[in-house]
Amino acid sequence: MKNNFDRMLSSEDVMRRRASFLQRIHVDGPLLLILLTLAAGSLFVLYSASGKNWDLLMKQASSFGIGLVSMFIIAQLEPRFMARWVPLAYVAGVLLLVVVDVMGHNAMGATRWINIPGVIRFQPSEFMKIIMPATIAWYLSKRTLPPHLKHVAISLVLIGVPFILIVRQPDLGTALLILASGAFVLFMGGLRWRWIISVVTAAVPVAVAMWFFVMHDYQKQRVLTFLDPESDPLGTGWNIIQSKAAIGSGGVFGKGWLLGTQSHLDFLPESHTDFIIAVLGEEFGLVGICLLLIIYLLLIGRGLVITAQAQTLFGKLLAGSLTMTFFVYVFVNIGMVSGLLPVVGVPLPFISYGGTSLVTLLSAFGVLMSIHTHRKWIAQV
Amino acid sequence: MPQQIRLKDHEKDARLVRNRVVVGAVAIMLLVSVLIARLYYLQIIQYDYHSTLSENNRVHVQPIPPTRGLIFDRNGVIVADNRPSFSLTMTRERAGKWQEVLDTIIEVLELSEDDRALFERRMKQGRRPFEPVPILFELNEEQIARVAVNQFRLPGVEVAAQLVRHYPQGAHFAHSVGYVGRINEKELKSLDPVNYSGTHHIGKTGIERFYEDDLHGQVGYEEVETNARGRVLRVLKRTDPIPGKDIVLSLDIKLQEAAEEALAGRRGAIVALDPRTGEVLAMVSQPSFDPNLFVTGISFKAYAELRDSIDRPLFNRVLRGLYPPGSTIKPAVAIAGLDSGVVNASSRVFDPGYYQLPNYDHKYRNWNRTGDGWVDLDVAIMRSNDTYFYDLAHKMGIDRLSAYMNKFGIGQKVSLDMFEESPGLMPSREWKRATRRQAWFPGETLILGIGQGYMQATPLQLAQATALIANKGKWNRPHLAKTIEGKQPVDENPVEDIVLRDKNDWARVTHGMEQVMHGARGTARKAALGSQYRIAGKSGTAQVVAIKQGEKYDRNKLQERHRDHALFVAFAPAEDPKIVVSVMVENGESGSGVAAPVVRQVMDAWLLDENGRLKPEFGPATVTVAQETAP
Repeated sequence: MKNNFDRMLSSEDVMRRRASFLQRIHVDGPLLLILLTLAAGSLFVLYSASGKNWDLLMKQASSFGIGLVSMFIIAQLEPRFMARWVPLAYVAGVLLLVVVDVMGHNAMGATRWINIPGVIRFQPSEFMKIIMPATIAWYLSKRTLPPHLKHVAISLVLIGVPFILIVRQPDLGTALLILASGAFVLFMGGLRWRWIISVVTAAVPVAVAMWFFVMHDYQKQRVLTFLDPESDPLGTGWNIIQSKAAIGSGGVFGKGWLLGTQSHLDFLPESHTDFIIAVLGEEFGLVGICLLLIIYLLLIGRGLVITAQAQTLFGKLLAGSLTMTFFVYVFVNIGMVSGLLPVVGVPLPFISYGGTSLVTLLSAFGVLMSIHTHRKWIAQV
Repeated sequence: MPQQIRLKDHEKDARLVRNRVVVGAVAIMLLVSVLIARLYYLQIIQYDYHSTLSENNRVHVQPIPPTRGLIFDRNGVIVADNRPSFSLTMTRERAGKWQEVLDTIIEVLELSEDDRALFERRMKQGRRPFEPVPILFELNEEQIARVAVNQFRLPGVEVAAQLVRHYPQGAHFAHSVGYVGRINEKELKSLDPVNYSGTHHIGKTGIERFYEDDLHGQVGYEEVETNARGRVLRVLKRTDPIPGKDIVLSLDIKLQEAAEEALAGRRGAIVALDPRTGEVLAMVSQPSFDPNLFVTGISFKAYAELRDSIDRPLFNRVLRGLYPPGSTIKPAVAIAGLDSGVVNASSRVFDPGYYQLPNYDHKYRNWNRTGDGWVDLDVAIMRSNDTYFYDLAHKMGIDRLSAYMNKFGIGQKVSLDMFEESPGLMPSREWKRATRRQAWFPGETLILGIGQGYMQATPLQLAQATALIANKGKWNRPHLAKTIEGKQPVDENPVEDIVLRDKNDWARVTHGMEQVMHGARGTARKAALGSQYRIAGKSGTAQVVAIKQGEKYDRNKLQERHRDHALFVAFAPAEDPKIVVSVMVENGESGSGVAAPVVRQVMDAWLLDENGRLKPEFGPATVTVAQETAP
């Protein structure tokens, strides 16, 4: 009996010790596991998509490293500490966006970067991807829920300012994602259904009226091409036609790793960045894409669990928004490449080549880990 | 108690968020299902289709260039059309070692190294992948045959039929319609790369340039499947291009020819327009050139010849030629004087043959050194009396004079649709301070009164200033396009009409201009002899080289190219104007002697029928209109 009890006790001890080690360094095991799986998958696909380019692969791997470090550091910060500094970060982010706006105009062209040579070079709009939902979460967590009309209005102003600044860069894709990340906080905060429905229903007649009474022919044309890129096969439609052919020719199981033809014969532009899912679809087929979708769903599911278990309202709102926004990335990118949605420049998270978005994404998951691992009643669970 | 409420709120919040998490999760599952359904559609249902495309792995989108809009004169005579022509194209992706293929082409067609350099340059111009680049135009039968025989040595090289611009009227409309030419590097950067993806030519000057967007049309495309060697196997989808819009010009080929004939080989410019609408009826700048030379690329030698010719055939005298308007500006100056109140119809000035400013020695000469004695406005216009206008300009001052002349279009672009029109120059105090850093001198105002000094105007501006008098101040911008696919061009930026305090001033000045043509002492009475209609006109002389104080103009001393330019502006019928003509004869010396007969010939060609009688549509105006216009 005693022996048994001892054994039980000791195994429980081991479990607690293992859990407490990850707990102590504020890392969420399931999230880390899924992220590492995605990283490996990304390098695997990228090797083929980039035409066996080792340099590119090494760059992507080191970006992953930097991103993981950044995630780890952010996970150490207490959510309370974040909430305290978020307003200041928001103001700083908006000011940086203004600086970018002014610089862009002086340089007579678009720019998204702040660049102090030799010191730092980054995109303030990337920074806003995390600061934006955090700001709205901070603001709403201090009010009663569901939010009153006045608080909704103030939130919309807080979202609108950076949104307009980023649209002007011009970077519509990022601007819409940031808009979505702010809106998701409102949604998580219990924004009344009838407001959501009335905004959606009001948008339809307004859009119709704009179409018939306000917009010029050339503007209509631009919107049409935006909504239906295949009507412009010599411009953006080219990419879509080619990416559809690539995905479609993959079939159920795909042509096999490194055996895709569309992507390797330069038919598919941007095959290693925004359109990388076409390479995956061509080489690994429907099975490959579904596998990727499952991994994404696991990641999102873990995010939603963290949301539900978060102790503070700030944590709940922020975690919920970050998770939902992550899904929007996935949906918009795959929808765009498969010809369901208009072409906006949104990379496929963790798979597309590009260091900046990787670091931002991993930082966002750092925030999720922080929310989950800094809970007070952890001992009771 | 507050603690309890807080706790309750917290639970409520948590429940709220949990509900939303569930809603979010459901939405995510739904949207993922949409994605999977889409992929299922692409990868399972459409698998065969995409698989075939991918296996042959050659789906190409080929642009189909639109047919360029045609240009007609006002009677429907074709001025610019498109002719099929064969050109040699090369697709770099299919040519393999394209440099070597170029060598083979040179060898097969027996061309020179210069041609090879040209081909290489054309190949290197920006283009889309798999786009054939035309490297040689207007192949003849023999060249086509040689390419066909050697096809096996020329991968990626094809003979393509395409439509090329052709100007059947040759030099007649070179300065108004302009011409198209190959798109150059600079233009390529500013063009819409999609719409111009199949187009190799673009309007360079004139109507072709100004209405480029309308004439070009909208590109179409074909999705084609090709085999590995680039041959088209079948067309998967086709969207037809939208052809460019046809343009009907207001120009009249017969009047244009008559006007050119009237110049009789002299260098010069003629503009004829309808004052009621601003439609340009004839636009001549002589000498001219054959615009067809420029379409497929003019040889360097031929171009140098045109460019360096002393007669400057490439120079558009109507739009770019700047001349001091001389006495042709006097009617407009007279309007300014009357309206500003510095003179009235009966005020008189004594002309001893010169004019002197108080306290200045300088004598400003009348052209008639003996003087005309007492002159009023009517006589001043009829005799083109300089002294009267020196006095008028002095009394008005530069500021008012400059403002009035601007209203008449001097110093601004007047046309609606002409490419690269020069704005001319109407000097002012501010202009002189800004450009010369000098104050304005009173003497400079005086000579502006007779259209000399800094003032510069194009023949088109002189025609428009005259049309404004004919039209009693109503502005219609001169334009060449009568309709663009049936629609009249719209003036987006209309000029304010000239409204006089006394409307009868128009008739007073018109009367003076009639006296020029029909009065017993009118300067151009010879040109109006035997006319079927009343003409109102004014002569002018534009100095080419300055004459020193006290020196006389002696034509024998001057080289032909340094002689004065002859100017004449007129409208007819004077009581109800239907045509305005402005003529500039380069080095023609005498406005009334040389330019006026040209004006008369152009007017006769427009207003008279073959029997030499006034056409009924230009007949005397109705009584009511005549009464209104009577002074």
